[in-house]
Formats: sequence, structure tokens, C-alpha cells
Amino acid sequence: MAKIGVFTCWCGENIARNVDVQAVSEAISKLPGVACSENYKYMCSEPGQTLIADKIKELGLTGVVVASCSPHMHLKTFRKTVELAGVNPYLVEMANIREQCSWVHNDKPVATAKAIELIGMAVAKVRRNAALEPIKVPVTKRALVIGAGVAGIQAALDLAAGGVEVILVEREPSVGGKMAGLSETFPTLDCSQCILTPRMVEVGQHPNIKLMTYSEVEKVDGYVGNFKVTVRKKARYVDITKCTGCGSCWNACPKKGKIPNSFDYGLGNRGAIYIPFPQAVPARPTIDADNCIRIQNMAKGKELCGICSKQCAAQAINFHDQDELVEFDVGAIVVATGYKLYSIGKEQENPNIKGYGEYGYGKYKDVVDSLQFERIISASGPTGGEPKRPSDGATPKTIVFIQCTGSRDNAKGITYCSKICCMYTAKHTMLFKHKVHDGTAHVFYMDIRSGGKMYDEFVRRAIEQDGAQYHRGRVSKIEKVTVDGQTKYRCYGADTLAGTPCVVDADMVVLACAMVPSTGVKSLAQKLSVGYNEYGFLSESHPKLRPVETNAAGVFVCGACQGPKDIPETVAQASAAAGKALIMLSQPFLTREPEIATVDEKLCAACGACVKACPYKAISIEEIRDRKGNLVKMTSRVNPGLCMGCGTCVAVCPSKSVDLIGFTDDQVYAQIESLLD
Amino acid sequence: MNIGYYPGCALHGSSIDYETSVRACMKALDVQLDELDDWICCGATAAHCINHKLSVALPARNLGIAEKMKMDKLFAPCPMCSMELKKASDELKANPELRKEMAEIVETPVDGTVDVVNLIQVFQTVGFDAIAEKAKEKLWRFKPACYYGCLLTRPPKTLQFDDPEDPTSMEELLKKLGAEPVDWNSKTVCCGAGLTLADEPAVAEQVRKILQDALDNGANCVVVACPMCQVNLDMRQADAKKLGLTQDVPIFFLSDLVALAVGLEGKDLDFAKRYVAIPNEMKKTDPKPEDPKPAKPVAAKKEGAAQ
Repeated sequence: MAKIGVFTCWCGENIARNVDVQAVSEAISKLPGVACSENYKYMCSEPGQTLIADKIKELGLTGVVVASCSPHMHLKTFRKTVELAGVNPYLVEMANIREQCSWVHNDKPVATAKAIELIGMAVAKVRRNAALEPIKVPVTKRALVIGAGVAGIQAALDLAAGGVEVILVEREPSVGGKMAGLSETFPTLDCSQCILTPRMVEVGQHPNIKLMTYSEVEKVDGYVGNFKVTVRKKARYVDITKCTGCGSCWNACPKKGKIPNSFDYGLGNRGAIYIPFPQAVPARPTIDADNCIRIQNMAKGKELCGICSKQCAAQAINFHDQDELVEFDVGAIVVATGYKLYSIGKEQENPNIKGYGEYGYGKYKDVVDSLQFERIISASGPTGGEPKRPSDGATPKTIVFIQCTGSRDNAKGITYCSKICCMYTAKHTMLFKHKVHDGTAHVFYMDIRSGGKMYDEFVRRAIEQDGAQYHRGRVSKIEKVTVDGQTKYRCYGADTLAGTPCVVDADMVVLACAMVPSTGVKSLAQKLSVGYNEYGFLSESHPKLRPVETNAAGVFVCGACQGPKDIPETVAQASAAAGKALIMLSQPFLTREPEIATVDEKLCAACGACVKACPYKAISIEEIRDRKGNLVKMTSRVNPGLCMGCGTCVAVCPSKSVDLIGFTDDQVYAQIESLLD
Repeated sequence: MNIGYYPGCALHGSSIDYETSVRACMKALDVQLDELDDWICCGATAAHCINHKLSVALPARNLGIAEKMKMDKLFAPCPMCSMELKKASDELKANPELRKEMAEIVETPVDGTVDVVNLIQVFQTVGFDAIAEKAKEKLWRFKPACYYGCLLTRPPKTLQFDDPEDPTSMEELLKKLGAEPVDWNSKTVCCGAGLTLADEPAVAEQVRKILQDALDNGANCVVVACPMCQVNLDMRQADAKKLGLTQDVPIFFLSDLVALAVGLEGKDLDFAKRYVAIPNEMKKTDPKPEDPKPAKPVAAKKEGAAQ
């Protein structure tokens, strides 16, 4: 005989405003199997939970329904409550009469009637609930960190310090990411390289960190605590265990200084065998096969050049190097793949549309993006930190900075604010002024967003002390003109505060482009079963309470792959992700929710419909053999470690031989029937 | 190839030389123009400013006739017409209720299925390479500044064949025909448009700015694909010269240059109707003389490599 306790919450006024809670309690008390029907102002509070526990003990309840908010909010809370009172936690159901009822209806009698029906459904279900036990799975105490920018470096160092073995995978030949190319950082103007390079050295040397540069994640199988990862080590043509990083090879390369260096965003040049920048970790070269005379001619059967190999005393160069696939097991994965800038003139949805064709980016050399400008004013950059414009090397006296290039522009498909551009543009104006004392920086902006410790003070300093000219308005067009024999870029803008058009003849223009997720992040997210938003930023599990977890158990995110953010925030988030991963890896085993699919193997015809439908690759076709080893039949079988309990297989099974524990057909039909009664 | 043809008012009135040029050029390219029966006004600037329904209904009637005549593509050489027709056809395609309503208003069924194209898109349909094959780099004397004006590529949502702010399709075509289009600043600025009647001095100054920019960047002519642009740049040039424009600039329709490239001459193209005289060496083309000493090929420096 079922003894169900129903506990209806007022949620202060949230529910009680539109639902007559007292009437609901009375109506529910008359349902068959309901032993008590109580209501209270805040059921999630200490007295509310005590009320539930007391009733369980007093009446010996066999099931509990809490009618309140969404189960996303408080299911865990109430499961714990009943468990402490001695009832299996899976014998709790929640009826959502807040988000799905009181918040969306104005008519009190109608909302009250709906609340009664919603609770009635939950009662019908809980009567058929079974006591369940969480699934236990073992844990591999090793972590994978994808991306070795400042986020990945921080996460890897924290994990390693926590005693966990870390595999740090980086796509580029060196760790460091975007931050390694920055000049000085806001709001303190400390040098980016000075604060990052020691960290880069540390990840290169840490005994717990295995660094895999010039490598990409190819495949991820398995599940939380037990991932199987395949990484592609791209052919580097240099054996970095033999190489000493002496530099004879890259100094001898006949292509030296002829190939645009992507680390300098094309402003500086390198050879076919190169290290991207002198402080690279590992400080070992890579051969760019597309530009190598030797490798390009090998296919034609010719043996040309090979000068680097002849120079190499360590015999580290191997022109026949091949990509290599490496497999390993990890328990947790931290994704830190970072960002890139919205690329004007490229990668638009419609290839005919350039996006800001009016700014002439790509056509005018002196119109650069903000990462290029970082290289121009960086001491490690191609000009050694001297502000020189790319077209003719002249020192620019007037620079126009255009903020929100791409950001907050619906026409370009990017509605969000990239968050850091106001700050780094203010920084750019300062650094420029500190190097060119008679120079003038003009900034066109939409709003100044400088929330953060010492941030607004920093922008005020740029304006008040360093004389940056701020104009609130957009630039509609940039024209290349000749004024007194000098090439100028005439920026037609508006100053909407003054209410006038504002035309500035600039020597150089810097576009503060929107931050977008780095190339390939969507395919990586699909490999990891991690969600992403319409722009490709990876989705955290909860924006406030689970900011570094994802919906894929055991996969954590940090840095700009999750959304635009600056260095301090990135580092904090990276440490948070490492901390969460450490908590998980410190358990002897992991528990998972038992609400997963199960196959009735006698009924199953092994048609494979569920195998195809399963988004988590959790179902496989297996053989059933008798004791003598004869094949009895084929069946599909669910891997409990992989199943996420989505129920897709249940919906597609033609013979109804799959069921979802905790959401069985029996339970769901009982809910529907209660609605029809 | 056959293609539906909607001349619009300008090509039967003030810009009749544009129609001569378009028809001659299309004939030379073996494109047969099937003119729409009983076509009416596209709505132009007036309709959409006053009444949205009217701005759909006027093009809708034309589109309905085109559908009745079983046309796949409808070519409107005036960008105002092609934009209005395209805009209406996009709206009709997306909205079944609007289709029903319009069919009643214009008394003919209309689905918005006809593909409306402008002059550049017709050349794209024929194929730039196919045209180049016929032309053999004959435009070597021409250094055109390609002028798109406001409507050819805008609004960008409606016309997606080229970038609205930095279009390059005319340059692409003319380069293949041997011309050397110049890089200049004014390719999408306003020509003054209807102000030509209301505020002549404003248009004259606008024309001066545009043409001086073309000259300063080394152009020896301007190429347009819009009758309004042509009228302003050509007719108001005398006034622009009074304001300081340094020399005459011949104004061509894009169809003129393509026609010249495939062997037609000025007399076939109504050049006599132009206000600014077309210089004799631009009235016909001849094969590019062999360069006795071919210049050393300069390694193409990649401007875009940085990005």
C-alpha cells in the first residue's frame, strides 16, 4: 500500500501569488495513495525540509512528491532530505508548479487547477518509482588539457601541483597561445611575456606534465573517469628529443625571412624551418612542409636543398617524418582552446560579403587588427616594439582605433560584447603615447565598458593623462588619400555626443575586432559531446553555479573558449576548472545517476535502431551465447558508463524492448492517464 | 540563352542609350532578351516611402507576368528596378498570405519564384570567362573606375551577389577583358540621385568629388551599371568642372565596355547621346599590341598575406 507524502511550496509569493496553495493541498489529499498533503512557505528551507523528514518518520511514507520549482533547482536538495530520513532518494518526484505554472499564468483559478494536475501526475509516477542505487565507476587519475594558452597552462600547472599526471595538448609548435604575443597588459601595464614565459618554462619542465605540441585531439571515446583519447602528433620533421635548439638550421634555411610568420600575424617573416618566437616552449624548430624546398620536391623524386639537415650536428631532422596517432586514458578533460579575432573579409557565412569592406582591411596594409597592433608595439615583435606602420615603416603620429568592429553588430551576426576591447584599446592608446610623445590616438567607441578592479581608472588615465581623444560614434568609411604627399587613411566618423560628423586623417587604423571561438572548436565540442552556443562558445553546465563544468560529465571548460574574457578572469577560471577536475580525480570511484536505459534482451531483435539513434555511442550490438558457446541470439546492450539517460533509444525502439530506468513506460503512461482522468 | 527582360521607365525614357547598349551587348553575347508583356512601374523611390503594400504590389504584377510567361530569370538593367523586384520577390517567397493578397490585388497569381538579376549578374550568368574568351583582352586602353553607387549592392540582405561596401565584381569582369581597373574610394558613394532636379549645386559638387577621386587614382573613364548614376555623372559634369573638376571623364555603362570588348563600336551603342564626348580611341577596340620587350614579371607581393 503506497503512502505518498505531498509537500507543496509557496516559494514565498512566487507560487502563492497565482496558485491557491491551500486549495491545492486539500485537493491532493483526496488522491488515492496520498497519506499526507502539506504546504509551507519555503519548502527548501531548514523548517521545510524538517517537515518532510518528520512526516516520513511519523507516517512511514513510501514516496514523496515536492511541488515547487524546477527539479534543476532543488531535486538534489530534496533527494538528500529524504535520504537522511531513511527513504531511497529516487522515491522523490518534483512537480514544477513555479516555472511551468505560477510564473506563466495570470489567472489564479486556472493556474490552481493546472497545479493540481501537475502534482497528480507526479503522484501517479512516484507510486511506480523503484528504489535505485547510483552507479559506481572507477577513475583514471590522469587529466587531458586541450590548448596551452594561458588558460591551459594555468590549469595544467594546478592539476600537476595537485599530484595528477597531465597531458597538455597544443595545436601550435609552441605553448603560450595569444598571450605570448601581447605587448603589455591592462590595467597594470606589466609585460605579457615577463609574466607568461616563466609559466611556459614550468609546463615544459614539470615532472607531472607531458607536453604534446604541434598535436591535435583526434578522437575521444569513453566516459567520465575513463576517457580514451587519441591525439594526432603532426609531422614536425624534427626529432625534438635529439634537437638541442641551437638554431643552426633556421639560420641556414634559404627561405629564412621569406614566409609570413603566423605568430606575428603576417607582420614578420620566418623560414621554412622555424621557431615561432625566441621564447618558444619547447624551443625546438618545426618544418613548415608546405614551404620547405626539400619536402615539396621529394614527391617529384628530387633531392633539393636539405641545408638544415646538413647543418644539424644532432641529426635531428627527418624529412620523412609522418603524423603519429597516440592513445592514452584520462579521467578528466579540461578544454582551453581560446579564441581568435573575427576575421574581416574572410569566413563570412556568404563568401560574397566581406564584413566591413568599408574599412579596407586586407587592402590597406596600415589598417590592422588589434592583435597585429600588439605585435607592432611588443618588444618581441617584428619592429622591436617601435611603433612603425606596416606599409612604409614610418612612425605613425595619428592612429585611429575603432572599437566594436564586429562586436554588438547584428548585421555581422555577432550580437555580444567582446568584453576586453575597451580595455585593451585604452591600453593601446597609452602605449602608443608613451612611445610617440607627439602622437595622437583617436578612439571611436559605442560605450566604454570598463567594469573591473582598477579598470575604469585605467581608461580615465588614458583619456586624462595620456590625452587619448575619445569620440562616441562609429566610423562609416575609410578612404586612402594623399595629403601633402603623405598617405593618410581618412576616417569618416561621427561624434554623437557633439552631434557632429568627425573626420580624422590617420597614419594608421587599428580595428578592435570581436573575439570569436578558435577554429575547429565545434568539431572538438562534438567529439567531447559538449554543447556550444550559436557563436560556438562552449556551454557551461550552469552560468552561475557550475561555471566550469559542462553537460558532458568529466569535461571542464576555461578561458575564452567559453566566452570572451580577459587574462585575470581566464586564469581564475582555469584554476577553478583544475580544482573541479582535482575534486573528481581524488575520489576512489565516481557515482553516476542510475537513470539510464536498459534493454530487455529477450525481446530485443537487434535491429540496431537504438545504436544509430544514441547520441553518446552508449549502445552496441552483442551476442548472447549458451553455456556451450552456441549463438542464441543477438541483442543490443547499453554501456552504463556511457549512457546519459536521454531516452532517445526508447523512442525509436520498434519492439518496445528498451526502457529508461526512473522514466519507464509504465511510469510515463501512469502520468498521462492521471491527466486524462 | 533566353532571358526575361524588364526595361523599366528609364531605359525607355531618359536613358534610352542604356537600352541600346544593353540590347546590342546582349545580342553580341547571344543572349536573347524576351521583354515582359505590358510591364508597369517598379515602384521606384516613391512607392516604398509612401505605402509598403503598394511597393510590393507594383513589382508583384511584373513578377506575376514573368511567371505567366514561364521565365526563370528576369533581367532589370536599372538597379532600382532590380532591387525593388528582388525585394518584392523575397517577401512573396517567404509569406504565403502576402502571395494570396497580392494575387488578388494584381489580378494574377504570383509566387515570387522568378530570379531577378541586374546587369552584373547577367554577365555572371553568361560567365566572365566565356565573355573573356570572346574579347581577348581588347580593353587594354581602358583604366576604368568602377562605380557601383548606392543601389547595385544594397540593401545587402536583398542583394547578396557582392560586398555592399567594397564590391569588386565589375573589376573582376573588366580585368578579364584586359582593362586595368583602378583602386579608388568612391565606388559606393551616392551620385546625388534625385537631387539632380531639386538641388543642382549639391549634385554638381558630389559629381566633382567622385570624378576627381577617379582621376586622382589614375582612371581614364568611369563605368556604371545604373542609369541614374550615368545621368548625374555625365549630365552634371559641366557643372562639376566649374567647381574645379580638372578634366573630362567619359562615363560608360558596363554593357558599353563589354560590347566594345566583343567587337562592337560606338555607333552601335548610341555614344552620340552622351553629354561628355567619348574620345575616338575609346569608340572601338583593337587587339593589344605585342609588347616588344616584356617587362620583368615582378613577384606579386601579397598585400593580403598579413591577414
